[in-house]
Amino acid sequence: MIRNVIYGILLALMSVCLALAQTDAVPQDSAGTAPAAISPPQPVTGLTAKDTPDDHGHSITLKWTLSPDDQGGAHSVRTYEVFRWVPFFMDSMHARQYSVDSLMGLQTLWRRYLPFAKDSIKYFEKSGNAETARRFADTVAYIEKRTSTLRGEIKSLQRGIENDWERAPQAHAQYPNGGEWQMVGQTFAGQGNYVNSGQKDNTASDYLPNGCNFYYRVDAVTADPKIRTSSEIVGPVQATGQWYNVGRTPSLFATGIFVLLVLLFVRAARKGKELYVRPLAGIEAVDEAIGRATEMGKPILYVLGLGTAADIATIASFTVLARVAKRVAEYQTELIVPTYDPIVMSVAQETIKSAYADAGRPDSYREEIVFFVTQNQFAYVSAVNGIMLRQHPATNVYMGKFFAESLILAETGALAGSIQISGTDEIAQIPFFVVACDYTLIGEELYAASAYLGREPVLLGSLKAQDYAKAAVIILAILGAIAVNFGWTEFREIFRVVR
Amino acid sequence: MHKRQLPFILVFIFGAFMAVQYFMPHESSEFIYEFFALDWVPIIGIFALALGIWSLIKVSWDKIKHRRQDWQYSVVLLAGLFTIIFFGFFVKVGEHWEFRFMTSDGLQSYMFRHLFDYIVIPGQATVFSLLAFYIASASYRAFRARNLLATLLLSAALIMMLRFSPIPGLGEYMSKTATWLLNVPNLAAKRAIIIGIGLGMVATAMKVVLGIERGYMGKG
Amino acid sequence: MDMFAKMMALDRRWVFLTLAIVCVVAYGLTFEVPILINDEVQSIYNFIDTLKPGQIVFIAVDYDPSNQAELQPMLYALMEQCFRKDLKVIITALSQNGPGMADQAIRDVSDSVKLDRTYNGVNYPGRTVERGKDYVFLGYKPYPSLIILGMGQNFRIPFPTDYYGTPIDSLPLMKGVINYDQVACVISLAAGNIADMWIADGQGRYNFKLAFGLTGVMGADYYPYLSSKQIFGIMAGQYGAAQYEKLTDNKGMAQDGMRIQLLAHWLIILFIIIGNIGFFASRRKLKEQGK
Repeated sequence: MIRNVIYGILLALMSVCLALAQTDAVPQDSAGTAPAAISPPQPVTGLTAKDTPDDHGHSITLKWTLSPDDQGGAHSVRTYEVFRWVPFFMDSMHARQYSVDSLMGLQTLWRRYLPFAKDSIKYFEKSGNAETARRFADTVAYIEKRTSTLRGEIKSLQRGIENDWERAPQAHAQYPNGGEWQMVGQTFAGQGNYVNSGQKDNTASDYLPNGCNFYYRVDAVTADPKIRTSSEIVGPVQATGQWYNVGRTPSLFATGIFVLLVLLFVRAARKGKELYVRPLAGIEAVDEAIGRATEMGKPILYVLGLGTAADIATIASFTVLARVAKRVAEYQTELIVPTYDPIVMSVAQETIKSAYADAGRPDSYREEIVFFVTQNQFAYVSAVNGIMLRQHPATNVYMGKFFAESLILAETGALAGSIQISGTDEIAQIPFFVVACDYTLIGEELYAASAYLGREPVLLGSLKAQDYAKAAVIILAILGAIAVNFGWTEFREIFRVVR
Repeated sequence: MHKRQLPFILVFIFGAFMAVQYFMPHESSEFIYEFFALDWVPIIGIFALALGIWSLIKVSWDKIKHRRQDWQYSVVLLAGLFTIIFFGFFVKVGEHWEFRFMTSDGLQSYMFRHLFDYIVIPGQATVFSLLAFYIASASYRAFRARNLLATLLLSAALIMMLRFSPIPGLGEYMSKTATWLLNVPNLAAKRAIIIGIGLGMVATAMKVVLGIERGYMGKG
Repeated sequence: MDMFAKMMALDRRWVFLTLAIVCVVAYGLTFEVPILINDEVQSIYNFIDTLKPGQIVFIAVDYDPSNQAELQPMLYALMEQCFRKDLKVIITALSQNGPGMADQAIRDVSDSVKLDRTYNGVNYPGRTVERGKDYVFLGYKPYPSLIILGMGQNFRIPFPTDYYGTPIDSLPLMKGVINYDQVACVISLAAGNIADMWIADGQGRYNFKLAFGLTGVMGADYYPYLSSKQIFGIMAGQYGAAQYEKLTDNKGMAQDGMRIQLLAHWLIILFIIIGNIGFFASRRKLKEQGK
């Protein structure tokens, strides 16, 4: 209670200081040389305030017709200031939140200060300065006593605030009593719209609650901020969140059609329809390369790239890894999988373990097959290059996301005399792999690898769906080019996705 | 059986939610998204990092213990790892070292900054600069005018490399041609590949979410 | 092996050695390489040049020390341009070693801005840039795509405090700055797939003005997004950085490094020519023998 009173007094003092400072800042006219007076501008018209569409709420979109004096007429409008009617309730809630924040700040400060103060006691005791040591000891005792109650105090204050926020709609419904107009934004001359968005977090100073009645006005302001004209007041308007983002409908349709295509082809494939896919040399080389490693008695190095486990390229790479691991387990060859991402490491361990079990050799699996190196791109490259040059693997497989390190890896691998198979969806790296590797899977060929390896009808079906979707994209692109060239821009607009 | 099914059920639930969330701006969907994706993923990542570091230590320690071939490198690796961890957490205050947890003091400390500025940065820059040498030798081997297509590729490469030559007239001409090459033929080819990759990504993601694609769990 | 066959199959170590010599020698030479400005770099400069004082530019430092030769000069030129024009800057580093790079650039550029300088004929008196008021450095968090998504909702979700541990609500610059809606543009200096994340998870979802500074190798990949207007500019590689330095009239490391790049390119061209002479001569010889 006392704290709130103190904050109140401080706030009042600050307002007085601000008011005084502003009075000082206004230039005083010297006698007889009155500047040319600016006439008040004409107000903005047609002000509308609507809930911002397709969002989570907490935002109102304002639009208005510019004042006739904006870049015309008296040329006097410099800016537009947007005002919202805010009940005093909001300020008092923010002040309460501020006191919670201050207490939390104090808590952090004390937590950091305490070890220092304790060290100081020891230091001053040692150096024989008992008086200073005692003073530090008193401070430590005080802080420790207060800290024990502070947490509870903060909790109860927070609970009180949380409960009182429920009264926000009522406070806003009191318009025009118990509140004031506050400036919430500004636009420059020539701009007739403004989005008043706030935070959804009610502890933030610019929290804008949903479901409260808001009233707005816009002032046309001249070079002299005191000379201004207010618009008519609009309201009430409420901010609300939407359950569906209309702007993303084209994406929804496209996804829906594609899902349908995939399911149709998967069904057709299950029914036994013959689906042709052209052979991929890179995939066919995998088995051959494992055989070569077995003959030579040398290990196989499998690099999953720098992607995370959420990257599609890495997921596709896990599929190829499963296949390689199964063959490796059957042939009893050595496999080395150094990883860049710890989650990728965990998934790869699981993948290989399952593959060994599937091959009927769970006992051959060792955890050291997959190990983490570092999450530092070039340190990782150095480590992998070191493995290549020291252990001379018979085969190197690079599948996943690769960046600047692609050529460094592939050239070193070539130097070490290994057979190299690569696959990535990073377009910039494909030329490097093509130059330095024996086989390269380009872009989506990597994603298709699982379908090729497994030859399961279900997976082949999805490849067919992809081909049809590609055909659709080509046709739409041609139609779009024709339509736009003939001035039929509505066709293009059908496909526009807004946020 | 459950052990094998559970991951797929989880993948389906989270995958489907992420797809729905994209079309749903409402606060409730945002809440679930922030809670699961924004909060959980970094937490999982941090625990996985601990596992990762443990695996690195284990592999290196085994090598040292059994005196496997080139075990000396593992000693260097472990020494580097522990040195940087030490200076990330301990700060020298006056005469003695202090342990700092939950603060960024360690990252700002003299030793940590010096290790970063004078070992990590030059080390990385050195490995990256190897790329220049490899590009030189790779282009020497790859750019041969074997046939029409290879000749086109070679000419495009020459134009790109000559675009800032100080020879009067030539540089400007090459620069304009290089910009055209980037904006027209390069763009067309890249777009085609990007569209293919985009569809491939959607298809793969969908196969994973629907449980059609299970290879990543070792069921290849 | 005859001379032509040798020309075709030079040991790669000769290539490495001559390239190293050329780089070292070029560093000692002093000639200027003419820089021609591309539209995609000019558009970034124009956009920032026309912003009004107080508007916010978001710079994402998404690269590691290994890429500093190409990307760090862009960061320096960009930051100095923003501070000189009294624009506010929000910085993040979504690459693991990015914070070190950003921190270094902030320190250096803050020092440089203290001096009086004339750029493009305009005299800018020295000023002191303050943390929290003129710039905010949010720091690093792992999983960039999630962070980019999170910032689209509120910067405070992934970054409750800035890099130095100060709650961002207590920084004057962040007052009323909620998400990308309040920034004039985002410029990501990226050396990896973070650039893709900025397009897919950032610009695609939240529709803000986006531009890239990229490594030379990556540059060509992002032109499709330029023509589809998903991004409004690209600075690619050291040449892109040099162009930006020239535009801002602030000569730095990139313009300086162009000499090396130029001579290295000439050397590579020379090797390609040697290889091709060897190839054609050997082929002719084979044909003659065939006859």
